[in-house]
Amino acid sequence: MKTYVNRAPQDTRGTWATYLGLSIVLLFSAFPVYWMFVISTSTDEAVAASPPALIPGAQFLINAQEVFTLNEVYFAASLINSVLVSTVITAATLFFCSLAGFAFAKLRFKGRNALMVVVILTLTVPNQLGIVALYIVMGKLGWNGTLLAVIAPGLVSAFGVFYMRQFIAHAVPDELVESARIDGALTMRVYWNIVLPAIRPALAVLGLLTFVMAWNDFQWPLIQLNGTDFPTSMVALSDLASGNYVIYRRVLAGAFLATVPLIVLLLIGGRQIVRGIMEGAVKS
Amino acid sequence: MSLTELRPASHRQSPPPAPGKTKHWLYRFDTKTIPYIFISPFFILFAIFGVFPLIFNGIVALRNWRLDDPTLTGWAGLANFERLLSDEDFWNSLGNTFGIFILSTVPQLLAALIIANLLNRRLRGNTFWRIGILLPYLTPVVASTLVFAIFFARDNGLANWFLSLVGFGQETPLDWRAQKWSAWIAIATMVNWKWIGYNALLYLSAMQSIPKDVYEAAAVDGASPWRQLWQITVPMIQPVVVFTVILSTIGGLQLFNEPMMFDENPQSADGGTDHQFQTIAQLIYKVGWKDLDLGYAASMSWALFLIILVVAGINFALTRRIGGDR
Repeated sequence: MKTYVNRAPQDTRGTWATYLGLSIVLLFSAFPVYWMFVISTSTDEAVAASPPALIPGAQFLINAQEVFTLNEVYFAASLINSVLVSTVITAATLFFCSLAGFAFAKLRFKGRNALMVVVILTLTVPNQLGIVALYIVMGKLGWNGTLLAVIAPGLVSAFGVFYMRQFIAHAVPDELVESARIDGALTMRVYWNIVLPAIRPALAVLGLLTFVMAWNDFQWPLIQLNGTDFPTSMVALSDLASGNYVIYRRVLAGAFLATVPLIVLLLIGGRQIVRGIMEGAVKS
Repeated sequence: MSLTELRPASHRQSPPPAPGKTKHWLYRFDTKTIPYIFISPFFILFAIFGVFPLIFNGIVALRNWRLDDPTLTGWAGLANFERLLSDEDFWNSLGNTFGIFILSTVPQLLAALIIANLLNRRLRGNTFWRIGILLPYLTPVVASTLVFAIFFARDNGLANWFLSLVGFGQETPLDWRAQKWSAWIAIATMVNWKWIGYNALLYLSAMQSIPKDVYEAAAVDGASPWRQLWQITVPMIQPVVVFTVILSTIGGLQLFNEPMMFDENPQSADGGTDHQFQTIAQLIYKVGWKDLDLGYAASMSWALFLIILVVAGINFALTRRIGGDR
């Protein structure tokens, strides 16, 4: 029988079995995305073959062009809309949440702790359960069927405030804030000149996670934009996949195009996203 | 996430007000009012688009509220809820939601634990592996489900091809969408695929904060890595396990995207020809925006809310006992 020493796992060197296991996991994770790409480059015959094609074909541009020129799908517009919606939501979330997080971490005001508890409580509320009433609210505002209705609920997040508060409490020394104020700096200037530069890493993490969530959101944009000529890319994709005769290579070319921006984000900001999740960043 | 992190800021004295009347006024404004201005965008937006709809939803549920017939209005009392209790579609979707939920949560969290344990080693290319397993988390569900729909296709689907490779080929190829069990498995596979890596990172982060001497002083002398995992590591990360179970419960019971896109006609919200994989969230969408009956849809959301509360409570109680036998 093999004997083992009592050593913490994180001090134990990975064996060949560890790497084998992780490689299988990686293969499992990447395969659907890879196969999405394969089908988006294939011909109808290659997709219908048994077993289906597993190596990329040469048809990507043809398939992509078909997606873009389909009349009722508005795919090009949908990509622009998704960029617009996700960017506005991300920028607003970063600004409003860092502003509130700064106030909660470094400013003194009456009811601060009670209000922070309110923020934490709202973290647990599943927003999706209010969509019927939210739709009625948007109706009263006259926003139903517009991009505004898709953007407005995403402008702030309780998680963002919580995350920013935690980060600012540690990353910005009280002394720095106090001395700036003794020099006569107004609070807004302290936020702009001292806090914002100090929390760049947290802004990157929250920004990436928010962008991904906004980009992938489906149910609410579907309710709002289905049937309009300015859908988000997820709504356009569901349109592309509906109908009596679905052409796989075309649908998957659309799916791949709508996924590429996120793959790029993962390549650029993967480190930050991993760190954000491991620091306890959860879905808002 | 704990409240212990909520420590107050320093209690040092603020600088004295600067001389001059205007200055004084500005100083008061800057210290007394500005903090509220800073937090107000969050609270105002969240009140309008987050909290209010949730409360208002309770009122809509008690009213007749139809999108196609605005004249049909007024209080409905509990009529929507009574209708719910005898609605076969509702009970069917409840069963589907739970079936898919169990098939996705249990394997998902177990696999995440094992993968986290693999990552919790001294590895070459640490960041590479971690980023790699996050690919499914970033991929839009709408897009990935379209791939899985082809994977689980009846004719020439890869899943059926694999089945035939390992000797389970049928005379007529398996139509995954046609039966409850097979459709549930297909959808649960998609959910598992998306969330395993994410949960693994949550577990990994908890595992790395376990003090090393816990392992060195372990009563289980010379334990194999496998026993080490179950007898030391898992009990030590129990709070995070509880957290992920609650998260999966809240998310899993609201499942919408996967069953929507798995349908032959993704925008029908039918959940298959016989509703064999229609979830509650899908039914709410269908009742509200296809049948245009917002009052009834609101009562369904309300019911789903209660179900989530109860199930989350039960799961909380169950998972809190992990490690109780230590």
